[in-house]
Amino acid sequence: MPALNRLKKIGSLFQMQTLAVLRGFLLAFFAAIVFCLALTQLSAQDTNPLANDPKASKLGEFQFRSNCAFCHGLGARGGGRGPDLTRAQKRHGNSDADLFRTINEGVPGTAMPPNGATQQGVGMTDTEIWQVIAYIRSVQVKAPAQPLGDAAHGKTLFFGTAACSTCHMIEGKGGRLGPDLTTTGSARATDYLVDSVRNPSRRLAQGISEAMKEFSQEYETVKVETADGQKFTGVVLNEDHFTLQMLDLREQIHLFEKDKLRSYEKSRESLMPAYDQKLLSDKDLQDILAFLLSVGAR
Amino acid sequence: MKELLHASLVLLGASSFLASNAHAQVTPQRLLDSAKEPQNWLMYSGDYTGHRFSTLDQINTSNASALVPKWAYQTMAGGKFETTPLVVDGILYATGQDDRAFALDAKSGRPIWQYQRALPADIRPCCGRVNRGLAILGDKVFFGTLDTHVIALDSKTGNVIWDVAAFDYRKGYSITLAPLIIKNLVIVGVSGGEYGIRGFIDAYDATSGERKWRFYTVPGPGEPGHETWEADSWKIGGAPAWITGSYDPATNTTFWTTGNPSPSNRGEGRAGDNLYSNSLLALDPDTGKLKWYFQFTKHDEHDWDATQVPVMIDQGEKHLIAQANRNGFFYVIDRSTGKLVFSNPYAKVTWSNSKDADGRPASLKEASPTPEGSRVCPGAAGATNWMSPTYDPQTKLFYVTAREQCDIFSTAPQPYEEGHAYYGSAYFPNDDTAPFWGALRAIDPETGKIKWEWKHPSPTWSGVLSTAGGLVFSGDAEGNFIALDAVSGNALWHFQCGASVYSSPMSFAIDGKQYVAVAAGSALFTFALP
Repeated sequence: MPALNRLKKIGSLFQMQTLAVLRGFLLAFFAAIVFCLALTQLSAQDTNPLANDPKASKLGEFQFRSNCAFCHGLGARGGGRGPDLTRAQKRHGNSDADLFRTINEGVPGTAMPPNGATQQGVGMTDTEIWQVIAYIRSVQVKAPAQPLGDAAHGKTLFFGTAACSTCHMIEGKGGRLGPDLTTTGSARATDYLVDSVRNPSRRLAQGISEAMKEFSQEYETVKVETADGQKFTGVVLNEDHFTLQMLDLREQIHLFEKDKLRSYEKSRESLMPAYDQKLLSDKDLQDILAFLLSVGAR
Repeated sequence: MKELLHASLVLLGASSFLASNAHAQVTPQRLLDSAKEPQNWLMYSGDYTGHRFSTLDQINTSNASALVPKWAYQTMAGGKFETTPLVVDGILYATGQDDRAFALDAKSGRPIWQYQRALPADIRPCCGRVNRGLAILGDKVFFGTLDTHVIALDSKTGNVIWDVAAFDYRKGYSITLAPLIIKNLVIVGVSGGEYGIRGFIDAYDATSGERKWRFYTVPGPGEPGHETWEADSWKIGGAPAWITGSYDPATNTTFWTTGNPSPSNRGEGRAGDNLYSNSLLALDPDTGKLKWYFQFTKHDEHDWDATQVPVMIDQGEKHLIAQANRNGFFYVIDRSTGKLVFSNPYAKVTWSNSKDADGRPASLKEASPTPEGSRVCPGAAGATNWMSPTYDPQTKLFYVTAREQCDIFSTAPQPYEEGHAYYGSAYFPNDDTAPFWGALRAIDPETGKIKWEWKHPSPTWSGVLSTAGGLVFSGDAEGNFIALDAVSGNALWHFQCGASVYSSPMSFAIDGKQYVAVAAGSALFTFALP
């Protein structure tokens, strides 16, 4: 009997091992199936499941207004801090999957937060994000923007007679008094760019954004007279109630305690001259915009 | 020998009795008599009046310029750190972002215990994973969570004593406020006005966690006020209650405020006044029965929650409640009847230029959101928000953080879906205007007139503390924590915290030394004289 028992034991052990192997195999098999399913799921998510669905796009418009318009403006045409999204060319990727990722994960190093992390909105579900993408596609310009002008001539103007580079930098070349324009062409609507050149004081560009602060510092003009009578004019880099950080016309940084200044005057009259038709013809302006767009698209 | 042993046992017993008394049972009577222990900060607003006033005067106008930081405690969590700590007999209790709670040695800032709520992955609280603080009673601290639980923690260990689900968080409910203790009850209200919830205020037995009453802030069928909702809109009517109330023991009345009707920015589909959204409620704390209500903004379409701490002010025989409302008006209300005494704007207002029969600001038609967007002041974040104001009984002034921001409101008729965002509108700042700004304003509650203001370069979310030292403390979005002369509004001292202040400061004392504490960035800072 003990021998039989042992045999039985061996038998059951064998069975158990077989079962274990079988179970392992089955597990592997199911894992493979799940993996394949996940892959198809993933690839299904490479394209918008709600593409060209007008109802989804309408719902997406409402989601967009609630969650995105704060920065990107009504109609997705760009606001003070968010890029124009009606452009076919998106800076952080054009595919549906790229847009989904940009919306869901945000863009590190920019003001674009991950989904649900803004102070203003609540998170969107995957479906709601796809609705937003359907909406963005519906307002996106169908044909790529016609070449506005002669980008090569625009570049000559930018770094030459139009003197843009005195204050603006593109790809590391130019001045520091105004915003770096390397990515502006891809980020801003053409109307906005034209307006910024013709009427720069109407809407000042935004400078430093701090992590917890709702509003960015703007390119305000400041005139300062120190206690010992030195006078400086320049742009505000940052300020709080007590201190001022500025860049003067010679690109020197000055750090002041406001109560130690003899005078201090801020203005929303931009240091940038308004380029009217006499200073810059419509054609030359178009050439400069073409240059900005060509750089921005890179 | 036997006697000696006996004596030492008695001594041991006595010392352990003393030791347990040192961080003592916080009784309901102690909460009522909080003025007798100015070294402690026993509840969210300091005491039941909602004054956020400390009677400590060691730090005062003559020496505030010498204030120095004493310690900082880093939660290392992201997002807005909105807590107001409690301090009881040398121990500081507070909450952090992401539903953590902790107890510190209030003198050194060293942790004694820490508790982290294991939050489900699918919570979707509006406006950040925030919490504004704890309540304390007996040997427990009480905490409302983002997954809508009310929990009691052992104040000596941080261990969970009881844990009750107030509601299903998946439907858009959450809790972010610091509970209020009245007698043996833990009173909380819910957040979730962005999700089409039906708001309520709950009371739980502090010992057992058993729910004693619930007051729905949106009346159901057959209840008074139900007729102020169109069709079934009451079911998803919003009216959350996400800021801690106050309590008048003389009349046994607790005052709570409510938030926006849902959807927050679209009135279509919920015709009527939408009671009790954007209201001040006077409740019997024993039963949860409504004594009276006052609605600040009828049929709101601008997200102007009335969730500002109701501040009880007594002027001779007059027993009042003052509130600087998110809609831009400062209201003074009779505390026994709920009748309006007066209202006066304390910030830029474009939505109203007339009063109704009851003297309440009446809304202009053109202030309603439109598909193209209409510009209205104040903006959706309001002329103020949840950050606490303070009332200083010495200067008899009410101090509040005012935000000068206008927004463009446009309609976005989202359909309701359970647990999903439900605004019905969008709002965003107008880019063409000058930058928005803010101010700390001192208001005379007798007249509604502004006595002085301290300008902030941009709108801020810092609350305000006043002290018997003749000081007012507040912060700004640029990261400064500032002490001002309560009479003149001149700044006497400031400290750069390194990130915006999103909290309301408080004060306490240990071993005869006064401290002021405020949360900013991810750190809790304390300041004292050198």
